Amino acid sequence: MRVMAQMGMVMNLDKCIGCHTCSVTCKQAWTNRAGTEYVWFNNVETRPGQGYPRRYEDQEKWRGGWTLNKRGRLKLKGGGRLRKMLGLFASPVQPELKDYYEPWTYDYKNLVDAPLGDDFPVARPKSLITGEDTKVTWSANWDDNLAGTSEMGHLDPLVEKVRRESADKIKFEFEQTFMFYLPRICEHCLNPSCMASCPSGAIYKRVEDGIVLVDQDKCRGWRQCVTGCPYKKIYFNHKTGKAEKCTFCYPRVEVGLPTVCSETCVGRLRYLGLFLYDADKVTEAASVPEDRDLYQAQLDVLLDPNDPAVVAAAREQEIPDDWIDAAQRSPVYALAKVYRIALPLHPEYRTMPMVWYVPPLSPIVDLLRDQGHDAEDHGNLFGAIDELRIPVEYLAELFTAGDTDMVTGVLKKLAAMRSYMRGISLGNDPDDSIPEAVGMEGETMYEMYRLMAIAKYEERY
Amino acid sequence: MAQGPVRAGVDGPASDALLKFGRFFSKWDETDDGRAVFREGGRSGDIFYRDRWSHDKVVRSTHGVNCTGSCSWKVYVKDGIITWESQQTDYPSVGPNSPEYEPRGCPRGAAFSWYTYSPTRVRYPYGRGVLIDMYREAKTRLKDPVLAWADIVNDPERRRRYQQARGKGGLVRISWQEAVEIAAAAHVHTIKAHGPDRVAGFSPIPAMSMVSHAAGTRFIQLIGGVMTSFYDWYADLPVASPQVFGDQTDVPESGDWWDSTYLMMWGSNVPVTRTPDAHWMTEVRYRGTKVVSVSPDYADNTKFADEWLPAQAGTDAALAMGMGHVMLKEFFVDREVPFFRDYVRRFTDLPFLVRLEEHDGGGLVPTKFLTAADLASQAPGEDDAFKTVLFDRKTGQAVVPNGTMGHRYNDGGMGKWNLDLGDTDPALSMLETADAGTAEILMPRFDDPSGEAGVQRRGVPVREVEGHLVTTVFDLMLAQYGVGRDGLPGEWASGYDDASTPYTPAWQEEITSVPAQACIRVAREFARNAEQSNGRSMIIMGAGICQWFHGDATYRAVLSLLMLTGCMGRNGGGWAHYVGQEKCRPITGWISLANALDWSRPPRTMIGTGYWYMHTDQWRQDGYSADALKSPLSTGNLDGMHTADALAQSNRLGWMPFYPQFDRNPLDLAEEAQNAVDNGQATDTPSYIAAQLKSRQLHPAIEDVDSPKNWPRTLMLWRSNLFGSSAKGNEYFLRNLLGTHNNVMGEDHSSGQLPRDVKWHEEAPQGKLDLLVTADFRMTSSTLLSDIVFPAATWYEKHDLSSTDMHPFVHAFTPAIDPPWQSKSDFETFHLLAKEFSRQARTHLGVRKDLVSVPLQHDTPGQVAQPGGVVRDWRREDIPAVPGQNMPNFQVVERDYTAIADKLATVGPLADTLGFTVKNITYRVSREVDRLGHSNGVMRGGAGNGRPAIDTDAKLAEAILAFSGTTNGELAVQGFKDLEKRTGVKLADLAEGSEEKRITFAQTQAAPVPVITSPEWSGSETGGRRYAPFTVNVERLKPWHTLTGRMHFFLDHDWMRDVGEALPIYRPPLDMNRLFGEPKLGPDGTREITVRYLTPHSKWSIHSEYQDNLLMLSLSRGGPTVWMSPGDAESIEVRDNDWVECVNTNGVLVGRAIVSHRMPAGVVFVYHAQERTIDVPKSEATGRRGGIHNSVTRLLVKPTHMIGGYAQLAYAFNYLGPTGNQRDMVTRVRRRSQEVQY
Repeated sequence: MRVMAQMGMVMNLDKCIGCHTCSVTCKQAWTNRAGTEYVWFNNVETRPGQGYPRRYEDQEKWRGGWTLNKRGRLKLKGGGRLRKMLGLFASPVQPELKDYYEPWTYDYKNLVDAPLGDDFPVARPKSLITGEDTKVTWSANWDDNLAGTSEMGHLDPLVEKVRRESADKIKFEFEQTFMFYLPRICEHCLNPSCMASCPSGAIYKRVEDGIVLVDQDKCRGWRQCVTGCPYKKIYFNHKTGKAEKCTFCYPRVEVGLPTVCSETCVGRLRYLGLFLYDADKVTEAASVPEDRDLYQAQLDVLLDPNDPAVVAAAREQEIPDDWIDAAQRSPVYALAKVYRIALPLHPEYRTMPMVWYVPPLSPIVDLLRDQGHDAEDHGNLFGAIDELRIPVEYLAELFTAGDTDMVTGVLKKLAAMRSYMRGISLGNDPDDSIPEAVGMEGETMYEMYRLMAIAKYEERY
Repeated sequence: MAQGPVRAGVDGPASDALLKFGRFFSKWDETDDGRAVFREGGRSGDIFYRDRWSHDKVVRSTHGVNCTGSCSWKVYVKDGIITWESQQTDYPSVGPNSPEYEPRGCPRGAAFSWYTYSPTRVRYPYGRGVLIDMYREAKTRLKDPVLAWADIVNDPERRRRYQQARGKGGLVRISWQEAVEIAAAAHVHTIKAHGPDRVAGFSPIPAMSMVSHAAGTRFIQLIGGVMTSFYDWYADLPVASPQVFGDQTDVPESGDWWDSTYLMMWGSNVPVTRTPDAHWMTEVRYRGTKVVSVSPDYADNTKFADEWLPAQAGTDAALAMGMGHVMLKEFFVDREVPFFRDYVRRFTDLPFLVRLEEHDGGGLVPTKFLTAADLASQAPGEDDAFKTVLFDRKTGQAVVPNGTMGHRYNDGGMGKWNLDLGDTDPALSMLETADAGTAEILMPRFDDPSGEAGVQRRGVPVREVEGHLVTTVFDLMLAQYGVGRDGLPGEWASGYDDASTPYTPAWQEEITSVPAQACIRVAREFARNAEQSNGRSMIIMGAGICQWFHGDATYRAVLSLLMLTGCMGRNGGGWAHYVGQEKCRPITGWISLANALDWSRPPRTMIGTGYWYMHTDQWRQDGYSADALKSPLSTGNLDGMHTADALAQSNRLGWMPFYPQFDRNPLDLAEEAQNAVDNGQATDTPSYIAAQLKSRQLHPAIEDVDSPKNWPRTLMLWRSNLFGSSAKGNEYFLRNLLGTHNNVMGEDHSSGQLPRDVKWHEEAPQGKLDLLVTADFRMTSSTLLSDIVFPAATWYEKHDLSSTDMHPFVHAFTPAIDPPWQSKSDFETFHLLAKEFSRQARTHLGVRKDLVSVPLQHDTPGQVAQPGGVVRDWRREDIPAVPGQNMPNFQVVERDYTAIADKLATVGPLADTLGFTVKNITYRVSREVDRLGHSNGVMRGGAGNGRPAIDTDAKLAEAILAFSGTTNGELAVQGFKDLEKRTGVKLADLAEGSEEKRITFAQTQAAPVPVITSPEWSGSETGGRRYAPFTVNVERLKPWHTLTGRMHFFLDHDWMRDVGEALPIYRPPLDMNRLFGEPKLGPDGTREITVRYLTPHSKWSIHSEYQDNLLMLSLSRGGPTVWMSPGDAESIEVRDNDWVECVNTNGVLVGRAIVSHRMPAGVVFVYHAQERTIDVPKSEATGRRGGIHNSVTRLLVKPTHMIGGYAQLAYAFNYLGPTGNQRDMVTRVRRRSQEVQY
């Protein structure tokens, strides 16, 4: 056992209001400068939707992440290192500006300086790349709130996939509208494919907290990392010619402050904390043959910080006591492994991502209504989860490599929590049969409720 | 070859070999399998980010934008430059078992610092080039600023020339001295030549920056100018609130959503419009609270709702009436719920008696509340016509309970203004009394799709009381909702599935498309939850239902659900109206100092909608008269009246203000009146004015509003972008008020329907305004149209105060940097202006008397001026015109125009002698004045010699806090003690213990500070509870400020009856085709479609602020957009991101289509306040620049909003007045050429 510490994040999508405050504060703090105009270390996607950059999840095209070779060994989907070496000077497979968007500004000065004319002055859009007049046709968030989705939604790779299995599952019609938001940062993977793609060794994972960084001195601008990252969370700074990425706000984290995106999240849905994991097990876990076993494999790599053997091993690795303490109090560990309601994003990429998501519980009562059930009976709530407004199949493609049972299990816990707490809110005795129905104890469920609903600052970070 | 177990690993042998060789050229630590690289130390390559995360200081400030966030922010400064901002997280705790207010904020606020150094920043003062040339020429010639200004504006040719240059570029940089000189000269000239009531100012929403608002308002009021309102003008005022509660608006803080166990969001898209608060809604779901959304589209909040009721736009009242039908039937008739019954008898007008009388057309109709004045058996007392009556089951007698309006303003009512019923057991229904009879009554209905009104026959139990046939409001409610009881005559619904009878669930389904079963279920759950939780069912109500022409009717239908189920005045229950409602928590200090009540009273305040409706000549577009709205059971008061006539009548009866007042300069008029008094021709000035009006020697200005004598002449905007945001009927503002080019497409509609009392000119004037001034920090439609532009400091560059209804704290703005370039704070700008004005006034104005006309005011004895709400017009009837009774109050104010700057900078003596009054409670502040003199220092010399200084923004902030009960415990206790005397109930304990507590400005700079419970508001924070409105009323039996002292279902004013809205009712959206000849809804076979044009609030801006911000534009579509459904788009061959035009009579908007299936058919969303400054090409319709969102809207004024002088229907600023609603609009949409020209 080789115990290492890893900073992780959990985002509760069930609370995300899609406001993009995280994106703006992140951009203002880190990337509002020349060369990174199009760069959003943190972005928020409306799903269904194409994401940013467009269709980044289409790995058949972008070739990000890992795959298993014939012998069951991990191999970069974009090609092994040898191939990378040989193709070093060829253009890597990577999104172009049109796949992100062509950043623009406006001729604002005209509003101040326009001489007397015969009409209102106006600020026309100007490309920030060419400086010429431009027409805005795509942005970092073009399909926000399902904008244009009735025409373009089929381009969402997950929609494509779910529809292949059942054409009826996703329709873009008024009565069946659903959406949710997916905020994304770098996953700070345990098994980062960007790092493995870098011919210069410029990308590294910090020993003490697992944050993945690009060494700006060492980066040679080969851009192989852009291909390698299946989440497309490494960006090329076209001014400096270097790769840049989310730093997990290490200058803040190092002094005990949460990341900017977390602290400024007005939905209060982000949790930060420490995982302890067994570094010796990562390769094995990332190599399990079945995609659908990857979630469990990833959970198994995480160590129980209260297990004396783990603590002892951690001390052996010179992990300080306060870090061990932090791991024991970690809200992300609780959400991911104790309550098992947070899921990794696209485990099938085999990168062992360390940003986890609680899937959104979408309206269910109106479905019950159609079926003529009593909407307040928790038993009925469970029955309805398979028919959520948001198709479970879609969520499963995001979080469990298509395993719908896993997602349903999480949603049942959320529904049960609401049902359990309603009784308590109305002053009734707690009905412990409700948590039992989802394999939890009343007290655990109550603790989970406090962490998710009350979510004090000190408990989130 | 057999394969052994595969060892997990990376790639294959070749790359393994390569890796072992060492990765290309360098060395590092890695995992054994070479998969991952770890590194310690030696991280100089990343020093860039650590350097970037460094700053010299962090300053607390907030954003003074017109939103309800009031979020506290950290502003980071490095090398004297603002770098960025992130949220403060140090709000005082809400308690251990609740989420907290941290980290309040939104993406707009997070993008604010972009403006500081942006290319759209106004860095210097600017003037309109052609005007500046004219001014310099005239000044050189005439040597005097005022004479120079007069020379220009008195010359029609020059005046026209600079007016027509408005909005077309050509602004030139000028000095501060010159900018201030011209602005001052225009004000001096206007006052001298036309009168101070021709000077106007507009600056909305004080709570967002009280000091900046107060500084300018104080200047305007000191010189006798007019401040126009915003809350009603924005259509954010729920007129139903004064109607039902007798209160402007009072709502729970968002933390109280956490207390609810059933939460509906009705026309309120919380994640977008209450971004910092939305988490309370998402989090309370985890407590098991059911969340329901009512929205015509799949709105952002619908994502969180357990149930979505997609009522078609504008039909919400039908759904509410259907739910009310279910609640009345199941919880009042079929089964009695003791909790509900007890509540409605104490706290609503349901048990009060209403007279039934014969209507002119035959049949009985409910008319007026029975009052003590109707009862011969009662010994005559004071204000008997305002003492409403109950029927006591115990004694079998009609009784006057405590707590009515008749107990509020006279000595006899001292100690009796409370809701204690004593031994009285009011009958809720006449059926509960012995030997009640029955009667058939007539009630109006308006649900016919053609817009024709109808009449229904319903029965009520009745009895006779001293010769009056009466029933209860409760009996009328059951009749109105069609909930039958055995033995009553009339026509009744046969069941929930009776679709032909209003207001059944099946009936509403045909109108709203919400299934009857959903309506029944939600109504039942809502009421059952209220029963189980003692009233913890809550409805968040928003602009989606408020901003319609009949928004007040819709609100009353929704509020009824809450009143019936005992939810008002509860933590976790009741209404939560969040539409532009920003609560200025330290209200007494702010309102008194802003209106300069320490120096002179009364101020001139004006209903914004009435002002703009008349002065921009939108009234000329109204080709219908007010009787198009009327009930078949009307008594005829509105017959034949144009809406402009209704406003004129409202003004002359003392209901609503109008400025200018008369066709005379009020300075001259005051002098003339004084001469008349001195000569013995009149007893006093008011009676002289009344006689002049009655004899028609003096005319209200509104009666010839288009005459140059009656034009507004100067308008000053600060903290406002009137022309890019709120100006409904924007193109009429451009044409008639400003006299510049415009996109008005249609002709005056009125030619066939001329007003009766308001004079019609064949040609409408163009260019009424001599001067438009704006102070702003960014270039907006308003600055582009302005003649003078002052460069304003941003919110990170000044001291100020912020509070909101959404949280219970007061906190500060603090400058992170000094105002850069030549920008100045609003505070400083007005002080400069006041100094220059005072200087010029020495030559041109001196000391003058000003005759001020003000209407009968809410929370004053003006509420008991007009008994019964009976319309009697002294102009049309042979009755005397009596100031303060059936006409406005006329008061004389002395204005020393040379001392305006001195007065602006000091707290005046009326603070000591008269105190400051809010809601009829006077706060005696002389000790605070004294204290302030010590803390702020006093001024030396001039008119303010020895008075406390408020000559800096920080000192004015200190004064606002010192003079308010919410921030000064001593005043809160004093106010409660005074209120105890009137009410006879215990109240002072709510603030006792806080006497020593004084919230200082320094404290608000350190961290947000919770406020003190005060009689200025209706709820309580005492003991750390969450603020919910009316908890003091419910828990302490303090009356509402209404006729009965209770919450009203029934409104008996003549005009309310005449429009058929005495009771909650459904009124459909206006039929724009029938009323105004706009096209019918739907496709017409061409490539145009007519749709409803809705302007909900945008995700990417706060009104017009941020809509030009590069960060927000980058996250959205980068310019003006029109959201539409795929079906509508297809019908006119529009694809996503195509350019389209919305065109109707009022103007044109050019934008790009967003096609989305989240939109219902027949509706487009043009998000609010998209200006013409960003990426707006020329329109095909006119060849001119496309408009703003309000270019295709126009003001539609509902006459009943202008009722005054009667109980809770009485004027106060932003409190009651016609709303500038805009949602009933329709527009044609068409695809335009995709090759656009700029």
